[in-house]
Amino acid sequence: MTQTALVNKIIPFSSVDGPGNRTAIFLQGCNINCRYCHNPETRAVCISCGTCVAQCPAGALSLTADGRVSWDPAKCVQCDTCIHVCPHNASPRVIRMTPEEVMKKVERQIPFIRGISVSGGECMLHPDFLTELFTIAKKTDAGAGLPLTTLIDSNGTIDFRQNPALMQVSDGVMLDIKAFDSEDHRRITDAPNETVLENARWLAEHERLYEIRCVIAPHLYDVRKSVQGAGEFLLPLYLKQLEKEAAGDYRQKKKDPKAVGIFRPFRFKLIACRPMGVRPAYSGFAQPGSALMQELSDLLKAMGYRDIVVI
Amino acid sequence: MREITMERVNQTRDEILDIIKSPVLTHEQKVTNLANKADSLLEVLDLPEGLDELLNAPIETQCICDLSEGHAPVRPRYIAPDYEKFFQQGSKFLQLDPPKDLFEALNALLIIYKHVPSVTNYPVYLGQLDELLEPFMDTVDEDTARKLIRLFLIQVDRTVLDSFSHADIGPKPSRAGRMICEIEAELEDAVPNLSLKYEEGVTDDEFMMTAIHCALHSAKPSFANHKMFCRELTERYVIASCYNGLPLGGGSYTLCRLILGNIAKRAQNIEDFKKNQLPYVMDIMARYMDARIRFEVEESGFFENSFLVREGLISRDRFTAMFGLVGLAEAVNILLEKEGRIQPGDEKGRFGHSEEATQLGVEIMDIINDFNQAHTNPYCEITGGHFLLHAQVGIASDIDVTPGTRIPIGEEPEELIDQLLVLSKFHHYFPSGTGDIFPIDVTVHRNPEYVLDIIKGAFRKDLRYLSFYSSDSDVIRVTGYLVKRSEMEKLDAGTAVLQDTTALGLGASKNGHILERKIR
Repeated sequence: MTQTALVNKIIPFSSVDGPGNRTAIFLQGCNINCRYCHNPETRAVCISCGTCVAQCPAGALSLTADGRVSWDPAKCVQCDTCIHVCPHNASPRVIRMTPEEVMKKVERQIPFIRGISVSGGECMLHPDFLTELFTIAKKTDAGAGLPLTTLIDSNGTIDFRQNPALMQVSDGVMLDIKAFDSEDHRRITDAPNETVLENARWLAEHERLYEIRCVIAPHLYDVRKSVQGAGEFLLPLYLKQLEKEAAGDYRQKKKDPKAVGIFRPFRFKLIACRPMGVRPAYSGFAQPGSALMQELSDLLKAMGYRDIVVI
Repeated sequence: MREITMERVNQTRDEILDIIKSPVLTHEQKVTNLANKADSLLEVLDLPEGLDELLNAPIETQCICDLSEGHAPVRPRYIAPDYEKFFQQGSKFLQLDPPKDLFEALNALLIIYKHVPSVTNYPVYLGQLDELLEPFMDTVDEDTARKLIRLFLIQVDRTVLDSFSHADIGPKPSRAGRMICEIEAELEDAVPNLSLKYEEGVTDDEFMMTAIHCALHSAKPSFANHKMFCRELTERYVIASCYNGLPLGGGSYTLCRLILGNIAKRAQNIEDFKKNQLPYVMDIMARYMDARIRFEVEESGFFENSFLVREGLISRDRFTAMFGLVGLAEAVNILLEKEGRIQPGDEKGRFGHSEEATQLGVEIMDIINDFNQAHTNPYCEITGGHFLLHAQVGIASDIDVTPGTRIPIGEEPEELIDQLLVLSKFHHYFPSGTGDIFPIDVTVHRNPEYVLDIIKGAFRKDLRYLSFYSSDSDVIRVTGYLVKRSEMEKLDAGTAVLQDTTALGLGASKNGHILERKIR
């Protein structure tokens, strides 16, 4: 059966959602509640309460006969009023799409892109949709005889091992470790992190870990301790990857157009938490300075990590 | 020679005195301007009837522009010497033996640059530097090579005082090519302009990463679609001046441009434009170019007397001419407004934003292309007797004139993909050059492969030439040439600056909004 998912946004060219130029697809709906969420309107799914309809200045929103909120992209002026007035952290500006429909939107960017990245919300809430989408992508020539690459951007709270079909068509994952300590994680997101860490281990061992992302939010948790902990936890996996690289294990796979996976040691990405887009109740904090970001980067470097990106 | 009025003589005398007294011109810039004034008093060309009205008009109505080539062309506009041949045989005229090591090679280049004329009086082509220097890379150790090339590039920037001076590298990776990119990334200088000839499968990704890193620091190199240029001009081509594809060992006699928007203003409607106005102006411009070429070849004496010809570094039969145009966007918008198909201020139907506008642009380009293919000139043998179409990048005094077939600054589509898909319809018309420029957000510094993917995709789609710079970089690409923002600020404050292109950049930033391009 063909799956569908609510698509919040498709960014044709993205330079910040994985390697090279990619089309980024954002699915609606999330299972956790990060206090610093930068696009909180992607968290909930619209329940058609209708609050936004009357307030839309462009007349782009209406209630259908069966009581659903309907959005007309042609009339929409992207003023975000609907998002600001929504009492549920949702957005009426979403479209239910099939994987084929999403791929139609992606094809326009070929041959300028090397792949697609799916984010959210939390896109792992829709593993069957992702599997179908990626299966089509893997049959699509990105322009030089190579198929599109397929990446997942995930908060890691859903077990990847439970989705073997998806893992066969997904090159890799950009995985958040929002805190190393489970209690910290719960305080930031309302969810524990045992599955996150288990995912990190499994993905690293199975050539599916593109990068680990840590949002550095000193107002919410002890960032030094957390980065240190995550670094130490992942180090044996990383060292094993370095050995593989040194032994030339990745070289052949990199050349094989059919090989699915990430064939290099994973990257550590440290992201300074910024207040832009954060819900008013949680936005009263200072952004971590460059000195702290550098300190955390140096901490990982001292452990032996080579590919560290600070944003 | 035809007589001119005393009024014009006196006016020119006043202008000469203004140049002599100017506080913002360097000595070299004064000498160049004085020479242009002397030349402006001559009337030796056999001008076609009707030219005066189209050429000598204010920018709001001018339909043909000869880009300050003067009244009696003393040399071809663009000259692309075969420097490899110069290295093989040395030069009798310059009293130089063939270079034997990197010291001598770089010294020989710096010497000959002083003797390669052009419309700017500086060489517009500095050679395929990587291929020229690679054979000498083992004559010194790596550190010495780096220092020598660095000093060479600094000397070029400080003495070749015009950023239309263009060097080429690629498509094959080489030590010299990599080193040039690494050094330019540090120097962040405006001169030389630099192109990397890119061919997928030949130019490796590693070399491209070095080049893109350089581009995001110093707005160069730009990237040229090598396969496409080879198809049209054979492998013996160069990228010179802004982005001009020209035969190696030759060049271009002249470049004139149609100002399409102003031609559209003369038209009643689309049909009148296509059937009457455009053909009328094209015919006069082509005959004007014929007259200029005839003078250069038959009367100026350049090809009989230049040592470059005598020593075989250029030859007359490898020259062609560039049939230029600007303002396709304005022409399309004006014509669609005249037809009532778009309302003034209606963004959606305008050039760059609708299929209909793109289609009209293509139809106009087909007419120009057909005209050029039907017009012959006896001295353009190298390009089948025809001129080459050229999407001219504009000049500092242009107001409401968009370069070539670009989408106007400030009207770029929201998404880069939409812009690229429009451009892909137009780049193929212009073997002698076209190009688009994209300022890139700094976050890309951490993902230069984003730029690589766009270049690869663009060239697969037959785009010809792309330039990138970082949105926070000091060196920026104005239209086809490079300037430093810091130098423009000095000039704006009334201080003389080293390079003459800084003044052009300052004009373009005020009239052409070049600092307001959409950041990608």
